[in-house]
Amino acid sequence: MSACIGSSAAGARTFTATSSQGLLLMAEMTFIAPALRLPIVMAVANRAISAPINIWNDHSDVMTIRDCGWIQIFVENGQEATDMSIIAFRIAEDKNVMLPVILNLDGFTLSHFIEPIIFPEQEKVRRYLPAYETTHKLDIAKPISMGLLGAPEVYTEARKATDDALVASKSRIVKAFDEFADIFGRKYNLVETYRAEDAETIIVLMGSIAETAMTAVDEMRDAGQKVGLARLRLWRPFPIEELRAAVKGAKRLAIVDRHISLGFPEGPVATEIRALLFHDQDRPRISNFILGLGGRDVPRDHFKYIVERAEELGDAGRQGHYEMVGVLE
Amino acid sequence: MAKIKVTTDAAVKVGDIPLGFTAQPGSTRNFKTGDWRSARPALDREKCIYCGFCYIYCPDGVYKDMGPEEKYYQPDLDFCKGCGVCAAECPKKCIQMVVEEV
Ligand code: SF4
Ligand code: SF4
Repeated sequence: MSACIGSSAAGARTFTATSSQGLLLMAEMTFIAPALRLPIVMAVANRAISAPINIWNDHSDVMTIRDCGWIQIFVENGQEATDMSIIAFRIAEDKNVMLPVILNLDGFTLSHFIEPIIFPEQEKVRRYLPAYETTHKLDIAKPISMGLLGAPEVYTEARKATDDALVASKSRIVKAFDEFADIFGRKYNLVETYRAEDAETIIVLMGSIAETAMTAVDEMRDAGQKVGLARLRLWRPFPIEELRAAVKGAKRLAIVDRHISLGFPEGPVATEIRALLFHDQDRPRISNFILGLGGRDVPRDHFKYIVERAEELGDAGRQGHYEMVGVLE
Repeated sequence: MAKIKVTTDAAVKVGDIPLGFTAQPGSTRNFKTGDWRSARPALDREKCIYCGFCYIYCPDGVYKDMGPEEKYYQPDLDFCKGCGVCAAECPKKCIQMVVEEV
């Protein structure tokens, strides 16, 4: 990551990929790239962190650097991973954005599987993604200093400036998604919903398990249950209005986390959504389920189970249930 | 509503922050990093042998060579942080650290 920051600071289009312990090793540097407004793209094949040593999928690596200031996207399948690797540069290098982007793809489930994809044509990619021009770089002809000291007199303002840039990037992300749809015909939204319109219980999650969840939703719908799905594609900046719209009218949310916040009875996705909806008049009852840690399988019946639990607990008036699903104890 | 007093002399607003928090080279000269020093080096020129240890060892590089005529080194007190390394390294023990009066 230090080399990537150097490369980007020198004005080069910069990409890297990492996972798990490798990401944590360079966690320190991840906070620096957005503050220096360097549009690096980093694919993270999300995998568990030690101990015990585990090389399989969950979201604990990236959740550890949740607050680092990068735009963070979670993809669902190989096609989306491919498309987003192009879109990510378009977003990052937008002169109104100039922020790094983390492309989260589930380790093994997406990083090591073979699936058919439509490969984006070179000519269209060129049209969509012009050659990179930086706004600021290290240049011996026009020297600048980067990575400065921010004394107490200015640190607060500098952090706010980075936060403002991250929050403001949302509209440019939407624009990048829309223009991708115009050229390639595949439309991406910040929050994706599936059969959620009239759903009483909505499963909320991120990443590739959405595919299994959709099959489970179909089966539950066939059985007459009013169940839907909402998947966060964008995690940072948090798509506040879009998430609210996606779960509007639902009585209960079954929120899935693929990371355990040791010592706190909830995962980060649930905590954030609960905080977001807390002051809403008719907010849904929220239950949180930890699933699929360290590559543990998440079959369809898990989604049926969490919907049942969310209904049972929500209807009993419970707000704030937290459960690790399938743990043997 | 209660008013808060922001305890900073600087008036840098969020909108003033340059993209990527960059600066022109040499901007550190504008910050007198010696202003939080609690002690400053004082030289006894009688004992000084003009060996240059203070000049070499000073971690902030604030000593200036006054030349073969003058035969001593003078610290720039705008930037000396008062660490005392020069005084400790001087082979003639001719640098005293004098406490700064507030
Ligand atoms: S006290 Fe420290 S900073 Fe000051 S002149 Fe001596 S060595 Fe340099
Ligand atoms: S180290 Fe001491 S003797 Fe040597 S030049 Fe400096 S003050 Fe003089």
